[in-house]
Amino acid sequence: MESLDRILAEIPLFRGMKEEHLALIAGCASNVRFEAGEFAAHHGEPADEFLVLRQGRMALEIHAPGRGTVTIQTLGDNEVLGWSWLLPPHEWHFDARALTLTRALKLDGRCLRGKFEHDPELGYEMMRRFAQVIVRRLEVMGLQLLDVYGDH
Amino acid sequence: MAITSEGLGRHPAPETDPMQPVPFRVLRRKRETHDTFSLVLKPPSAPGPFSFAPGQFNMVNVFGMGEVPISMSGHSGEVREIVHTIRVVGPVTQTLNRVRAGGTVGIRGPFGTAWPVGAAEGHDVVMVAGGIGLAPIRPAIYHVLDHREKYGKVAILYGARTPQDILFLREIESWRARFDVEVEVTVDRASRDWHGLVGVVPGLIPRAHFDPGNTVAFVCGPEMMITFAVRELARSGVPAQETYVALERNMKCAIGLCGHCQLGPLFLCKDGPVLRYDQVVDLLRIREL
Repeated sequence: MESLDRILAEIPLFRGMKEEHLALIAGCASNVRFEAGEFAAHHGEPADEFLVLRQGRMALEIHAPGRGTVTIQTLGDNEVLGWSWLLPPHEWHFDARALTLTRALKLDGRCLRGKFEHDPELGYEMMRRFAQVIVRRLEVMGLQLLDVYGDH
Repeated sequence: MAITSEGLGRHPAPETDPMQPVPFRVLRRKRETHDTFSLVLKPPSAPGPFSFAPGQFNMVNVFGMGEVPISMSGHSGEVREIVHTIRVVGPVTQTLNRVRAGGTVGIRGPFGTAWPVGAAEGHDVVMVAGGIGLAPIRPAIYHVLDHREKYGKVAILYGARTPQDILFLREIESWRARFDVEVEVTVDRASRDWHGLVGVVPGLIPRAHFDPGNTVAFVCGPEMMITFAVRELARSGVPAQETYVALERNMKCAIGLCGHCQLGPLFLCKDGPVLRYDQVVDLLRIREL
């Protein structure tokens, strides 16, 4: 069976990381699966982990009173779900629902934060990589907000 | 490989007076979405067969009212029918939307540069379209799919505002059913009953499969979408020299005289609409242009 640090090394988020860092991260990782329709996260609930989707598709949803549930983004293979684990108050900002059978790596946020305290280089590396994830996500939302296909 | 401007398939100016609209008969009108329709037109037999290259446009004239620049959205080459897919945005397009089979519209064209489908042979091709931008790129899609053996990997990436705004839905499904082309569709927003992708079309680029060192990209859509898509292509390793975009301005004369469509030193009706991105990137950063 492939070890988790080998699997991590193939995932774009972790690509190029030092082997000792991958081993530390692997110690906080586990395999999870979600059936279609199953929720991986609920808005407002503690966000003590993030997911890297390995296979399948998840929808990020927001429930807006009077407007129902709106899907704001879908995520697929190798994409990262969640950054609330990084910063207090560590709560999910949206719902995450599996659209198909989804297999993912779950990374325990508490475990990782503990390792960052002891290894600031690892912490910096992960923060740098998550900053890119956040920037990409903000770009997507910015373009959505611009409503470029609308009537102008 | 950087395709030169000759590769853009610039066609000679029309043989007739380019300022004189020619009556084309409307064969069919098809509703595409709630605000978009297609007109299938029959060119007159004289002065000769109508021919255009993928990406070129016509000025479509409603006699007595005005004219609008509309790209051809059907098969290119010498054709017996031409297709214009039109979004209703103003009085001329509203009137065109009311034209029925048997009616007549005026046509000037074809004008402008074309997608470099010939020069892209031997390469992977990534075609990125947003909204009504799928219509001007569709002739290039037809060409590539009709000559599939001449290209490497082919990806068609399309984004629309909502599921109800997706153009050419059945045709997209037929492209997706092929085993030799990657087709992905996303929408900017959707309710829960949509089971497809949600997100912006540039976000599809990192997921697509192509060799960035041997790829030619065609991008068509709103300018802001183009900017983000080109940025994502560059992140994926496709340089600006291999990326072609279709730009629009206020095209009026369509022959590079009036200056309404000027973008710095370029007249988009004549030097465009299809341009290599590295040739326009600096111009697009100037707000006053």
